[in-house]
Amino acid sequence: MAKNIGYPLDLKMNHYADVSYDEKERLFEEVKADERYHHVLYGCYECGICVASCPSARFYDFNPRVIAQALAREDVDLVYTLMEDSIWDCSQCFSCDRCPRGNSPGQLITIMREVAVRNGLASAKKALEGYGRIIYKIMSTGSQVSPDMLQPNAFPDWGVHVNEIAENLELWRKALPPETLHTTETGWTVSDKTIIELYLIWHMTGVMDLIEGIDEGLFMILVDVMEERLEDAGYDITFD
Amino acid sequence: MIHLPIAKAKDRLFEADPNNAPTEDLRDEIFQLEKEGEWIVQRVPEPYMEVKTKYGRIKKIPVEKTWHHKSCGQCGHIPGYSTSIFWLNRQFGLDYYDPTDQTSCTAWNYYASATSNPEAQAAVALRNFASAYEQGYFPLIHCGTSFGHYKEVRHALVHQPELRRKVRDIMKRLGKPFVIPEEIVHYSEWVLAMRHRIAERQVIDMSHITATVHPACHYHKLIEEDAIYDPEIYGAQRTAIVSATLQALGITVGDYSSWFDCCGFGFRHILVSRDFSRSFAVQRKIEVMKEEVNPDIVVTHDTGCVTTLDQSQFAGKAHGKKVGLPVLSDSQIAALAMGAHPYKVLQLHWHNTDNKPFLEKLGIDHEKRWSEFQAAVEKIKSGEMEYLTWEDADA
Ligand code: SF4
Ligand code: SF4
Repeated sequence: MAKNIGYPLDLKMNHYADVSYDEKERLFEEVKADERYHHVLYGCYECGICVASCPSARFYDFNPRVIAQALAREDVDLVYTLMEDSIWDCSQCFSCDRCPRGNSPGQLITIMREVAVRNGLASAKKALEGYGRIIYKIMSTGSQVSPDMLQPNAFPDWGVHVNEIAENLELWRKALPPETLHTTETGWTVSDKTIIELYLIWHMTGVMDLIEGIDEGLFMILVDVMEERLEDAGYDITFD
Repeated sequence: MIHLPIAKAKDRLFEADPNNAPTEDLRDEIFQLEKEGEWIVQRVPEPYMEVKTKYGRIKKIPVEKTWHHKSCGQCGHIPGYSTSIFWLNRQFGLDYYDPTDQTSCTAWNYYASATSNPEAQAAVALRNFASAYEQGYFPLIHCGTSFGHYKEVRHALVHQPELRRKVRDIMKRLGKPFVIPEEIVHYSEWVLAMRHRIAERQVIDMSHITATVHPACHYHKLIEEDAIYDPEIYGAQRTAIVSATLQALGITVGDYSSWFDCCGFGFRHILVSRDFSRSFAVQRKIEVMKEEVNPDIVVTHDTGCVTTLDQSQFAGKAHGKKVGLPVLSDSQIAALAMGAHPYKVLQLHWHNTDNKPFLEKLGIDHEKRWSEFQAAVEKIKSGEMEYLTWEDADA
C-alpha cells in the first residue's frame, strides 16, 4: 500500500518495512532484467546535471540523481520507496539525457513505472486514477486524444474558450478543410480495418493483462468493446 | 611566461565531423539488416532535400509522396496545426496522402502510464509504417513525441533481435510487410527544408516580428543525434529546428535563458496534475520569455508544447503573472506568411491566448477574417454547405 508519507520525502527511513525484502528484491530484479536497463545506467558522478535540467525537480520533492544512485548502489529498500513515492512525478521530458555518465534517469523511471504497473503496485494504481479515459481512448479507438475531450469540467483552468469550443464542436469540426478531421470522438477518421488490426496487436502482445492488473473496471469495458468488434469482423478472440 | 592563443567562445566555430561522431549511424545497421533479409527498408522518395544533423551526418527529407502520420493532440485540440501542414503541401502542388489507416503512436500512453510493453509499441509503429509503404508514400510524422518514440522503437528493433522477431511475427499474422523507413522525419524538418521556397512565396511581411522558440524535448533530446543542427543557427550548439524557419521568413528570433527547459506538459501531468504543467509553463517559460525578450509570438513544433504553453496562460493571468504571448506552430506561421486564412486554415479560434494583437501587427484585419469564417459556419449550420472545403478555405 502506497503511504502518504508527505513532503519532504525522507529517504533515510524505511517507509515500507512491512513489505518483505524478498519482494522488494524481486521487483528490483525485474527492473534490472529489462533489456534497456544496462544501456541507461552506467554509475553516477553525483554531478547533479540531471537535477539542474529536470522540470519535475523544480516543483516536486523529486530527484533524478537519487533515482540513478539508488539503482546504481543497488539499494533495494530505497528503490522500492522511490517506486511507490517518487517515479510518477517525472515529466518524461528526457532533459536528463544530457547526463555526462551516459545515464538516462528518465528511461530508468520508465522501466520502474512499467514494473510498478505490471505488479499492480499501489503507487501505479493511484497515479493512474482518473487516467482511465485516456487509456480507453487509445486502446479502443486508435486515437489517443479526441475533440470531445475538450469539456469545461475537464479543463476548468483553461478558461471560457473551452466552453465555446464545446458548444460549437460539431460545427467547427465541419469547418476544417481536411476531410479526415470531421470527427468528434477521434482525432481523425480511423478505418475499421485499422481498429481491428490494433485490437489484434493488443491481443498478441498481452497488453490487456497490464490493464487488468491496474484497473479491472476499465479492463472489462475494453474487453466488451473489443470482443464485440472483433467478432463482427469474424475473429473468435477472447482476452481472458 | 607562455601565452597560448585562446579563441574566445564566440569566435570558435564548431564543425561537426560525421567521422568523429560518438554514436553509430543507425542507418548503416538498418541497411545491413535488410541485406540479411530481416526487413524491407523504405527509401526516401526522390527528389529529396538534404539537411545536417547534430554530428554532421546528412539526413534526407522527402519533398513529396509523404504519408501524413497525424498527431491526435494536434488534430483533436489544435486542428489548425495539421490543417496548415496540409495547406502548405497543397500550395506547392505536392503529392501527399492523409490516411485513415493510421493510429496514434501510443507513446503518450507509454510515457504517461506505462500501460504498454515494447512489443506492443513497436508493433503499433510498424503497423503504421507498413500502411504507408503499402500506399506507396513515405511517413512524415506530425507529432514530436511520435517522432522521438519511433526513433526509440527503431533503435530498439535494430539492437534487439528478439524484439525484431516478435514484431515480424505480429506483422506476418496481420498480413503486413515488415518495413522500416530509411529516415524518421518530423514535419518541422520538412518545413525547415522547404523554408526558402516558403519565403519565396511569402506575402505577409514579418520582418518587424520577434519570436521566441521552444524546441520540443522529444524532438532534440530523444536520440539527439537525429535532430537538425546548422552552424548558422546558434553556432550549431543547439538544434536549428524552428529557429532557421523563422529566420528565413524574416522574423527575429530572441534568445532566453530557459530555452532548454521543457514546456511542462509532462504527459500524465497535463491531464491529471495540471497544477504542475501550468506553473512550469508560466514561471519557467512564458514569464522568462516575456522578461528577457518580450516577443510578439512563441513558436514551437509539437502538440503538447503548443497546448501547454498556450492554455496555461489563462490561469497565469488570473494570478497576475506576466503572460499574454500567443503560441503557434511553425506550420501555422509558415502558412500565415504565405497568406493562409487565420481562421479557415490556421483555425486560431481553437487557441486560447489572445492572438489578435499579433495579427494586427501583421496588418491582418481579424474582424473581417472572423466574419468570413462565421459566414462559412452559418452555411454549414443551414445545410447550404456540408463541410468547409479547401476551395472555400482559399476563397
Ligand atoms: S525525464 Fe523525468 S527525471 Fe529526467 S529530466 Fe525529465 S522530468 Fe526529470
Ligand atoms: S547527471 Fe548523471 S552522473 Fe550526474 S548526478 Fe545525474 S545521473 Fe549522476
